[in-house]
Amino acid sequence: MNEIRQATSQSAPMTHRQWLMSDRPQSRLQARLGRAYMTWQRFSANRLAVAGLCIILLLILIAIFADVLAPHSPVIGNLGGARLLPPGSGGYLLGTDDQGRDILSRLLHGSRLTLLVIVLVAIIAAPIGLLVGAISGYAGGWVDAVLMRMTDIFLAFPKLVLALAFVAAMGPGIENAILAIAITSWPPYARIARAETLSVRNSDYIAAVRLMGASPFRIVLRHVMPMCVSSLIVRVTLDMAGIILTAAGLGFLGLGAQPPLPEWGAMIASGRRFILDQWWVATMPGIAILIVSLGFNLLGDGLRDALDPRESGQ
Amino acid sequence: MTIPETTQLAGRKRARANNWAKSVLRFLVIIITTYLGLLAVTFFIGRVIPIDPVLAVLGDRAPAHVVERTRELMGFNKPLYIQFFIYVRDALTGNFGTSVLTTNPVMTDIRRVFPATLELATFGTIIGSLFGVPLGVLAAVKRGSIADQIVRVVGLVGYSVPIFWLALLSLLLFYAKLRWVAYPGRIDIVYEYSFTPVTGLYLLDSFWQGQWDVFRDVFRHIILPAGLLGYFSLAYISRMTRSFMLNELGQEYIVAARAKGLSETRIIWGHALRNAAVPLVTVIALSYAGLLEGSVLAETVFAWPGLGLYITNSLQNADMNAVLGGTIVIGSVFIAINILSDLLYRTLDPRTRAR
Repeated sequence: MNEIRQATSQSAPMTHRQWLMSDRPQSRLQARLGRAYMTWQRFSANRLAVAGLCIILLLILIAIFADVLAPHSPVIGNLGGARLLPPGSGGYLLGTDDQGRDILSRLLHGSRLTLLVIVLVAIIAAPIGLLVGAISGYAGGWVDAVLMRMTDIFLAFPKLVLALAFVAAMGPGIENAILAIAITSWPPYARIARAETLSVRNSDYIAAVRLMGASPFRIVLRHVMPMCVSSLIVRVTLDMAGIILTAAGLGFLGLGAQPPLPEWGAMIASGRRFILDQWWVATMPGIAILIVSLGFNLLGDGLRDALDPRESGQ
Repeated sequence: MTIPETTQLAGRKRARANNWAKSVLRFLVIIITTYLGLLAVTFFIGRVIPIDPVLAVLGDRAPAHVVERTRELMGFNKPLYIQFFIYVRDALTGNFGTSVLTTNPVMTDIRRVFPATLELATFGTIIGSLFGVPLGVLAAVKRGSIADQIVRVVGLVGYSVPIFWLALLSLLLFYAKLRWVAYPGRIDIVYEYSFTPVTGLYLLDSFWQGQWDVFRDVFRHIILPAGLLGYFSLAYISRMTRSFMLNELGQEYIVAARAKGLSETRIIWGHALRNAAVPLVTVIALSYAGLLEGSVLAETVFAWPGLGLYITNSLQNADMNAVLGGTIVIGSVFIAINILSDLLYRTLDPRTRAR
């Protein structure tokens, strides 16, 4: 021990990289930063994943600065002189729709709705899944049996159709669409959280915590659930694309965001009537959806490979 | 040692029968609880979420005695659990109520439109598997090559593109601009009255009756929506095939086969794919179920008179009975396919057989 310490102290002062890569972290902070660094190394080696990350960052920036970036109003158009103008004409980069509204401005503002949907769905669905899975895995026995049966029942449902039925009953609107998507997307998270819980529940540190007198509630909340978070994040990221597509599908059917909100799916629906002559009205929002969900898919794949090399599917 | 051999054998036989009975029982429990769960959720959607289902049917101008009478007729004056019991009994006998829009029993409507969706999803799955499996094999064998990258991108786009948007654009290109396919719908109006379908699967019917002009017309109608759905299942199937094949190609028996001097074709298609086929069956079954669902959006764009269009039309007209009936039917098919693929997996893969 002593020799090693001497050896390190005698060598040249450590670079940041060495400090991060150290096998013997001196503090919790160093260990955490080191792990994050290694993960980032693996992640950034994957060029497509970085591209995905850039797309998502761009989406967030656009959503924040939509007011500044948008050249026109997203909801008030020029009905008199600017209906259905083709892309590039009269200062309208992506053309205008049937209400004379600038499509680019609507797309920029629509990014807020997209972000709102995925953030809210993630905030609602992921904790539900995490809680159900962790309780189910830790408790075992009949609690596990009942909770997992419920999860399996929800997993056996067709997601989009179930979300459709929910929105049909609750009434159209973006809040109800978000709720419906969240209700249909928690089961896979519960499955993952349960699997992770089963793999740690019999480990020594849990036994140690239990010996110290922690209640089951505390154990699940403080010591089991944090272990499930990283695989859950990967899964949520991979699901984002599906969530965006489902939300857009609901919007397309007129069940999601209501006019005049610039929701991308609803924009495609309103452009449908003009598809033969004014193709850009329906085409542009579709490209936006495609880019964003592609970004999430790339990011999710990259995260999965970086956080869990075993599961990377080679 | 003290136990005679015959008793031992009989005991083992009994144990095996016991095991078998147990797994059958487990399966039955799974099927029953899943189906009950499906009904519970649709019951919840139809009866509990709406503030007043009677109001939804009659509107707010109905006189009080009519409201009271309807409430009694619909059984809403009974406690909720009895309502649920009646609901389950009705659903099991295929009674989903009457559609407000068409005034037919919902089940009659669904029986009429379901073959269209079935035909579309089946054709789509066939296209998806025919192209998806070879593409996945190719990507796995030529791992890291340009071909692999292309297959990957094709799959990724399939995962990321909104199906209704791609449907619109493909209509614009293949119907409006190129005139390669027929207009939205299932069959030309010329044939609509001269052609009498038997099974409701038009391709099959016209083929059987030898009506080649009808067959050609039906094909020109179905090829675009089916090809589109096929693309989505291709994205899923090719990706899974690639990963299964990579898994198999890394095994030692492949090395042994190479050492034996087998041709590469034989190793890939005869040995590796054969072993990958078992999980692939499950994947194809799941993608089939996915297409039944995906057709909901595709059908609205292609004016395809199937279950999806029926559900969305009913949605637009607040016809809850029809929406929930359609949901239950799609959900039941979903559950059935899930269970069937599970069973198929068990019978095909000797490792999962109970000893």
